[in-house]
Amino acid sequence: MAFVIITTIIVIGTVLFNLVTPWWFTPLASNWGSLDQTIIITLWVTGVAFVLISAFILYCVVKYRHREGHKSKYEPDNPKLEFWLTVVTTVGVVIMLAPGLIAWKDYIELPEDALEVEGVGQQWTWSYRFPGEDGIYGNTNGRLISSKNTFGIDPSDAYGQDDVLVLDNKVHLPINKPVVFQLRSKDVLHDFYIPQFRAKMDLVPGQQSNLWFIPTELGTYEVACAEFCGTGHWAMRGEITVDEMADFEAWLSQHPTFVETMNKSSEGRGKQIVQSLGCVACHSDTGASGIGPTWQNSFGSQRNFVSGESINIDGAYIKESIVNPNTKIAAGFASVMPTYNLSEDELNAIVEYIKILSSD
Amino acid sequence: MEQSAAYEGQQVYHPKGWWGHYVFSQDHKIIALQYTCVALAIGLTGMFLSLMMRMQLGFPGLFDSIDAGNYYQDVTMHGMIMVIYLLTALFLGGFGNYLIPLMLGSRDMAFPFVNMLSFWVYFLSVIILSASFFVPSGPTGAGWTLYPPQSILEGTPGGDGAGILLMLISLAVFIIAFTMGGLNYITTVLQSRARGMTLMRMPLIIWCIFLATFLGLLAFPALFVGAIMLTFDRVLETSFFMPEIFKGGEVLDYGGGSPVLFQHLFWFFGHPEVYIIALPAFGIISELISCHARKNIFGYNMMVWALVAIAGISFIVWAHHMYVAGMNPYLGFFFATTTLIIAVPTAIKVYNWVLTLWHANIKMTVPMLYCLAFLITFLIGGLTGLFLGNVSVDVPLSDTYFVVGHFHMVMAVSPVLALYGGLYHWFPSVTGRMLDDRLGKIHFWITFVGTYLIYFPMHYIGFLGVPRRYYSNEQYDFIPQSVADLNQFITICALIVGASQFILLYNFVNSTIRGKKASKNPWGACTLEWQTLESPPGHGNWGDQLPVVYRWPYDYGLPGATADFVPQNVPDEQIT
Repeated sequence: MAFVIITTIIVIGTVLFNLVTPWWFTPLASNWGSLDQTIIITLWVTGVAFVLISAFILYCVVKYRHREGHKSKYEPDNPKLEFWLTVVTTVGVVIMLAPGLIAWKDYIELPEDALEVEGVGQQWTWSYRFPGEDGIYGNTNGRLISSKNTFGIDPSDAYGQDDVLVLDNKVHLPINKPVVFQLRSKDVLHDFYIPQFRAKMDLVPGQQSNLWFIPTELGTYEVACAEFCGTGHWAMRGEITVDEMADFEAWLSQHPTFVETMNKSSEGRGKQIVQSLGCVACHSDTGASGIGPTWQNSFGSQRNFVSGESINIDGAYIKESIVNPNTKIAAGFASVMPTYNLSEDELNAIVEYIKILSSD
Repeated sequence: MEQSAAYEGQQVYHPKGWWGHYVFSQDHKIIALQYTCVALAIGLTGMFLSLMMRMQLGFPGLFDSIDAGNYYQDVTMHGMIMVIYLLTALFLGGFGNYLIPLMLGSRDMAFPFVNMLSFWVYFLSVIILSASFFVPSGPTGAGWTLYPPQSILEGTPGGDGAGILLMLISLAVFIIAFTMGGLNYITTVLQSRARGMTLMRMPLIIWCIFLATFLGLLAFPALFVGAIMLTFDRVLETSFFMPEIFKGGEVLDYGGGSPVLFQHLFWFFGHPEVYIIALPAFGIISELISCHARKNIFGYNMMVWALVAIAGISFIVWAHHMYVAGMNPYLGFFFATTTLIIAVPTAIKVYNWVLTLWHANIKMTVPMLYCLAFLITFLIGGLTGLFLGNVSVDVPLSDTYFVVGHFHMVMAVSPVLALYGGLYHWFPSVTGRMLDDRLGKIHFWITFVGTYLIYFPMHYIGFLGVPRRYYSNEQYDFIPQSVADLNQFITICALIVGASQFILLYNFVNSTIRGKKASKNPWGACTLEWQTLESPPGHGNWGDQLPVVYRWPYDYGLPGATADFVPQNVPDEQIT
C-alpha cells in the first residue's frame, strides 16, 4: 500500500508542479513563438499519456494485489487491444510531429530581405561582422587570422574593405527586422543561444551555420554558449541589444571598418590584441573579478601566488604569464589558462595596455 | 540449432585450484561475478564524481579544490564511466554472462576461454581509464562526447596531456573486450540452446541481451574508428576532425578536417548505445514483472517484434543528437520522423508491461517495487524524449537541463532501477541466500523518490533555458536566484541517494555471509536458471542431464495446473 500512496502523491505532484512551477520560459522576445507552441502541444499529449498510464498502473496494483490461493487470469495476448493501442499511439505521435516539422521548416528557411550579421565564436568570447555599405562580406580564410586581422579577412578582397567589425562581445540589432546570423568559429565548437529568442545554433570551425530570427521586443538579452567549449565555457557570455532602427544605425557607425582596423597605429594595439584573443573573457579591464585576475591597477601591485611566494607585477612577469601561464599561479585562481605564442611586439603592446589600465 | 544429444553425456572440463576457479575462471557464472564486481566498483567512482559535481552546483565555493577544470573532468569521467564501464559492462558482461547459458539450458558460453579473455581485457580498459586520474594534468575534461577540436587541444583539461589519450585507448580496449564477449553471446544464443528451446520460447531478457549485443557489435566499430582517428589527430597531427584553427595567438598546423564528422561517428555509436543499455533493462523488467505479478507476460510475440523494431530503427535516429550541430538542416526532417516512429514500438512495450499487471496476482516484493518504479521513471523519461526528438521542439531545449533531466530519467535511473530489481531477483540464484527485505525496501524508497526529486525539477530549469555543463551560473542575469536554491536542494537529495547506495552494498555483503538461506526456486519462476540440480548451480550447470524445454517461459496461472506456475522443463503430462 505504501507504493500506491507514495506513487499517487508523485503523480499528482508531477501534474500540480506544472501549474505552480517557478521555472518557466523566459518572456518571448522574437518571432519563435511557434517553438513555444510545439512544446505546449507536446506537454499536453505526453501529460495525458503519463496520467492515464500511471493511473492504470496504480489501479492494477490495488485491484490485483496478491491474495492467497488466488490465480491470475491466463491471457497471452489480445491482438485487437494491441492494434488499437498502436493506432492511438501513432495518432498521438502524428499530432506532435506535424507541427514540429512545420515549425522546423520555418526555422531553417532563411528570409530574403534580412539584415546579415556574422557571429564569430572563440574561446571564450564573441565578435561580430557586418557586411558594410556594399552589403557583401569579404572572403575569409582561417589561415589569415591573426591578432591584427581578427576575422581572417582576405586583405586583397575589395568586398571586405568596408566590412564593419565589432570586437566587443556585445552587438545591437534593429527591432522587427529579420536577422540572419552567419555563424563560424575560430577554434572549437560553440553554440549561439539567446534564451528569450528561443533560437540556438552551433558554431563549427571550418564551416558556416545559419540562424535567423526577428527581434520583437526592445531590450538587452544575454547570449549564452550552449555547446561545451573548454574550461571557460560557462563564462562565454555575450549580449544582444535590440534598438529602434535609428539607434542601431548610430551604434553601427561607431565601429571601424576592416581597412580602418588594419591601418591602426600601434596606439591602441594592445587593446585590439587582448580583444581579438578573447583575453577579456577571463581578465576584466574594469576591476571586476573573473576567472582570472583583473588588469585594472595591477601593474606594479603585489601578486601573491598559490606557492606562497609573491612579486611586484612587472613587464617580464606579464610576458611569462602569457607565454607560460601555469608556472606561477595567482592565489585564489585556478590554473586553467591556455598558453599563447605571441611575438615580442605583441607582448610589449599588451604590457603597455596593462600599464595604461594601471595608471589612472 | 539445438544442442545435440551426443554432447549431453560429455564430461566438461573442471577447473582445479583456487586460481583457476576464482581468478582465471572460464565458468560463465564466475566471469559474470567478476564483471559485476568491477563494474560496481568503477560505478561507485562514477557516483562519487557526480557528487563532487553536485557540490559545486549546490554549494559553489565550499570546496576550493573544485575549480572549473576539475568540474569538467568530473562531468566527463562520470558520464563515460556510467554509460560504458558500468551499465554496458554490467548488463551484458554481468547479466548476459550469468543468464544466457542458464536460461537457455546450456553448460557454458560457446567459447569459455574467449569469455575469460573478454573480462580481463575489460579489466585492463578500466585500469587504463583509472590511470588517467593519476597522470599530471589529470583525466580528460572534454565532456563524455569527446567532441573535437576542443577534446585534443589545450584549454580543455587533459587535452594536451595524457588524459585524452588514456581515455581513447581505454575505449578502444573496452571495445575489443566487448567484441569478444559479444560474439560469444550471439553464438551461444544461436548454437547452444537446450532441446525444445526455440527462439520464440526464449525468455525476453535473452532476446534483449541478444539484440543489445547485436547493436553493440554493429555500433561500437564506429566509436572505435572515431577514437583511433582522434588519437591520430592528437598524436600524428592528422586532420580527420580538425579544420583551420586559430588558438593561443597562432594558426595551428591542422586544416581541412570536419568536427561534425566525429559527431556522426560518435552518435552512430551513441544512439544504439542508449538501447544497448535500455534493452537489457527492458528484459529484466519483462522477467520480473511477469514472475512477481504471477501472470504471463502480455503479448510475447508483439514484445519480440517491438524489440527487433527498436533495435533496427535505433540505427537511423542518431542525428537527433545533432539537430543544431551545424549539419545540413534538412536532415532534421528525416531524423525527427524516424525518432518519433521509434516511440511507437517503445510505447507498445510499456503497454504490454502494464497490461501484464491487469488481472494479475501482484506480489509486492522488492523486485516488483523496482519494476513499478521503473515503469513510472521510464514513462517520464520516455515521454520527455518526445520533446527532444521532435526537431523544432528540441531547439530551445537542447543543451539545457531539460536534456540532463531527460537522459538521466531514461538511461540512468530507469536502467539502474531495473538493475537493482535484477540484483534482488537473481541474488538467491548466485549465492543461495536471500537479500534482506527490510534493508531492500529502505534502499528502494530512498533511491526511487530521491532520484525523482533530483531529475524531475531539472526539466523546468531547462524550460527556463539554463544551459548544461556550466561550472557556475553566476555570469547570467536571466538565471534567477531560485535556480541556485533548487541546485542546493538537488545536491542534498543527491547526497542522500548517494549515501543510501551503501545500504545496498552492506546488504550484499551481509546477506552473502549470513542471509536467510534461499530455497531452490524462491520466487516460483518458470525460467530454467531456477530449475538446476543444485542451487547455486555448479560448474557445467546441469549435472549429467541437460534440461529439455516444453513450453514458453511465462506459464504463470496456467489453467488446469494446481501450482500458479509451470517451469519450462515440465512436459504437459507432468502438470498436476
